[in-house]
Amino acid sequence: MIDTAILWIVIIALGMGSFMLRFSFLGFVGARNMPAWLLRHLRYTAVAILPALVAPQVFWPAATDGQLDPARLAAAAVTLSVGVMTKNAVAAILAGAGVLFALLNLL
Amino acid sequence: MAITTPKSAFLRGLADGLPFLLVVIPFATLFGILATEAGLSVLETLTFSVVVIAGAAQLTALQLLQENAPTAVVIASALAVNLRMAMYSASLTPYIGKAPLWQRALAAYLMVDQSYVVAVSKFEQSPTMTLPQRMGYFFGAVASVAPTWYGFTLVGALVGSQVPESWALDFALPITFLAMIAPMFRTMAHVIAALVAVVVSLLCADVPYSLGLIIAGSAGMMAGAQTELWVARRALRT
Repeated sequence: MIDTAILWIVIIALGMGSFMLRFSFLGFVGARNMPAWLLRHLRYTAVAILPALVAPQVFWPAATDGQLDPARLAAAAVTLSVGVMTKNAVAAILAGAGVLFALLNLL
Repeated sequence: MAITTPKSAFLRGLADGLPFLLVVIPFATLFGILATEAGLSVLETLTFSVVVIAGAAQLTALQLLQENAPTAVVIASALAVNLRMAMYSASLTPYIGKAPLWQRALAAYLMVDQSYVVAVSKFEQSPTMTLPQRMGYFFGAVASVAPTWYGFTLVGALVGSQVPESWALDFALPITFLAMIAPMFRTMAHVIAALVAVVVSLLCADVPYSLGLIIAGSAGMMAGAQTELWVARRALRT
C-alpha cells in the first residue's frame, strides 16, 4: 500500500519539477538569442529524442517480455515507410495499426 | 485552410492534434486503471494527471512507489524520464521565446510529446508564421490532448477493469510517434540524427533512471548538427 503523505509529496514535487523542466529555456532564455551552435543542435531534438524513446519498445516490447516480435517490428517499419513516403501522419498511423492487427491475428 | 489569424492557427492546430487522441485515450485510461489498482483514490489519480501531465513519468513514479523505493529516488527517476521536456523547451524557444510570460508559462505546463512534435514540425515548415499565430497553433494542438488526458485518466480510475491484451495498446505510442517523426526526415542530417539516436538508445537500454534516452538524444542531436556542418562545408567547396 502506498503511503498517502508520500504520494502527495511525490505528486507535488513531480508537478513542480516537471513544470521547471518545461519552463526552463522558454522562461529563462525567452527572447534572448541563443548561439548558432546550440540552435544547430536543437534543430534535431525531435528527430533524435522521439525515435530514441520508442526504439527499445520496437525491438524489445514489454508485451512479449522483451522478445523481438515480428508483428511489432513490421508495424513500426510500415508506419515509418508510409510516413516518409506520404508525409501524412494519419495515413502512417492507420497503415501501422493495420499491419500490427493483421499480423497479431495471423501469427 | 490558410492560417491568417491566431484563431485560424488555433483551429489548424486543433485539427493537427486530433490524431493523437488515438494514443492519449488508451494511455490515460491505462494510467487510471493502474493507479487505482495500486490503491490510489479517484481524486489522487486525477490530481496526479492534472498536476504532472506526463504519462511516462507518472507510470515510472507509480511503479517505484509500489516497490517502496525511497521518496527522493521516486521523484528523481520520474523527473529523469521527463528530462526530454527541457530539450523540447530549448527547441521551442527560438520560435515562441518572445511571447508574453504568462503565455510561455501556460505553454510550459501544456508541453507534452504530442503538442511539442506537432508544433515544432509546423514551425519548421512555415517559417513566416507570426508569434501570435504560433502560440495559437500550439494551444490548438494541445487543446484536445490535455482535457482528454484528464478525462480518460478519470475513466480508467472509475472503470478500473483491464483492457484486453489482444488490443496491443502498448504499441499505440511507438506507432504514433514514428508516424509523426517520419514526415520530418527532410535532410540527410535529420536521418542521421535519428539513426544515431536509435543505435545509442538500444546500446544504453540498461542505463538506470531512463538516462539512456538523454544520452541517445544528445548523441543524435550532435550527429545531426555535425552532418549539417559537413554538408554545408562540402556545398561551399563545389
